Amino acid sequence: MESGELDRSSDRERGSASAGGHLYSLLKQGLRLARQYAPPLLLIVLLLSVWQLTTWLLKVPKWLLPSPWQIVVAGAEARELLGPHTWQTLKETWVGLGLAVVVGLGLALVIDLSPLLRRTVYPLLVASQTVPILALAPLLIIWFGYGILPKVIVVALVCFFPIVVSTADGLRMADPDLIALLRAMGANRRQVFLKIRVPGALPSFFSGFKIAITYSVVGAVIGEWVGASRGLGIFMIRSSKNFLTDRVFAAIAVTSLLSIVMFAAVMLLERAVLPWYYARREEVWEEV
Amino acid sequence: MSSSRSAVSEIELREVHKAFRVDGRLLTALGGLCLRAREGEFVVLIGPSGCGKSTLLNIICGLMEPDSGDVLFDGRLVRDRIGLVGYMLQKDLLLPWRKVLDNVILGPEISGMDSGAARQEAQSLLPLFGLEGFEESYPTTLSGGMRQRAALLRTFLCHRQAMLLDEPFGALDALTRRQLQQWLLEVWHRFQQTIIFVTHDVDEAIYLADRVYVMSPRPGVIKLELDIPLARPRRPEMITSGEFGALKRELLSALGSP
Ligand SMILES: Nc1ncnc2c1ncn2[C@@H]1O[C@H](COP(=O)(O)OP(=O)(O)O)[C@@H](O)[C@H]1O
Ligand SMILES: [Mg+2]
Repeated sequence: MESGELDRSSDRERGSASAGGHLYSLLKQGLRLARQYAPPLLLIVLLLSVWQLTTWLLKVPKWLLPSPWQIVVAGAEARELLGPHTWQTLKETWVGLGLAVVVGLGLALVIDLSPLLRRTVYPLLVASQTVPILALAPLLIIWFGYGILPKVIVVALVCFFPIVVSTADGLRMADPDLIALLRAMGANRRQVFLKIRVPGALPSFFSGFKIAITYSVVGAVIGEWVGASRGLGIFMIRSSKNFLTDRVFAAIAVTSLLSIVMFAAVMLLERAVLPWYYARREEVWEEV
Repeated sequence: MSSSRSAVSEIELREVHKAFRVDGRLLTALGGLCLRAREGEFVVLIGPSGCGKSTLLNIICGLMEPDSGDVLFDGRLVRDRIGLVGYMLQKDLLLPWRKVLDNVILGPEISGMDSGAARQEAQSLLPLFGLEGFEESYPTTLSGGMRQRAALLRTFLCHRQAMLLDEPFGALDALTRRQLQQWLLEVWHRFQQTIIFVTHDVDEAIYLADRVYVMSPRPGVIKLELDIPLARPRRPEMITSGEFGALKRELLSALGSP
């Protein structure tokens, strides 16, 4: 205790100085996070309050528009039901996303192989995105049954496109001077691809992947609407048919929450995988 | 450092022509250019912007082929020149996703050398290149001068006896530039490579060179070949000497005359 106070009083002392510095940087980081997230959080709280107040003051019936609090209560009461439905939707989302990444990366590589392939495949990709999913989903059920597969295909179909486009663009945008440098060093095509184009395209891939994430959960829900025995989509349909509007909203809230959490997870992953992309001068200066 | 070094140490160009097709028009970049760099010589190529200096280096290192004329390495015509001489392009071109140490061992990595040995060698050269303590830094966090030195170290670690340096200090401020010139001379004195150095700065050309070639505006040919008889090692105060001034006048008049 005494020595601790001594330490603090002499801040020239190395250990205490670095501990103080650590605390300071933590504080600073906290402040920065607060500055970044406080405004949107405040806005959300404000909107929810307005919603809560309006439904309360105007005495809006629950089946027409439940208040945020009623939604929370409904969600909590239905948690035994919501759990398995959510898990089912998550499974479809993850498998679909995985498929989208595999197919998306594969197509990006194919497009990248030659300008002819690019010109041939690109229009088909764009066309694939103009097919109305709601019209396609029933067909998928006819073809593949009521199991998980049609939902996975819907998710993959809405998610692969941003991955292909952004990854292909990233691969194509490699600095020609960098490629010249490697060739001058005697590098072959494979080395240029692996050492320049792939790492250079990673940030673009993540951009596409993040867009795909925001589509994915909704994709699974839409896949379920058309026909499923389990999943948030079918839970919404059933609740809606029974005028359990608060449950519909609870399911919507879970859907958004899943998307947001997955998005945040990918952002963290991106920071871990691409530290260089976030290493900027000012960060170094801050550490000094 | 010397054992695995590519042996090419003399470069000669004979009547090199190169034209580009731009919007259907033929644009002659090099119009019969002759040049020579002997073993261990520091040759500087100076000329106005757009006269074909970078094109010339691209041809020497094998990224491009001349339309006509010969490129000789150690007096011989070499069919596949790529990878035989070191080349540092105008931009530093450090890979932003690699830390400094991983950047500078790119050459050995590409030639399939043991990366452990390459790292060790790079580590031992970091102090000489003023990069000690920055091996784990990403290029975006370095100053311009440090990035340039890292790019030079990467070129060095390719172990080529001959190196082509394309305006390596072009983007730096005057002070950093002076320091790096001095430092490059020290490094060159130590490793004795053949260097072809491109610049459009007359002072820099005289200060560094054994011999200066002055190029004409496009189509580029050699207008003047000037030996620089200043003593080595070069010292900053030489720049104010009368001999330096005379050489400078000669170069400037060659550059200025049509
Ligand atoms: N790959 C290319 N295609 C078409 N024109 C080019 C190409 N490379 C260089 N040029 C042209 O050749 C001329 C010489 O270019 P360059 O060698 O880069 O000059 P310098 O390095 O001396 O500034 C310029 O007019 C440039 O526009
Ligand atoms: Mg140039």
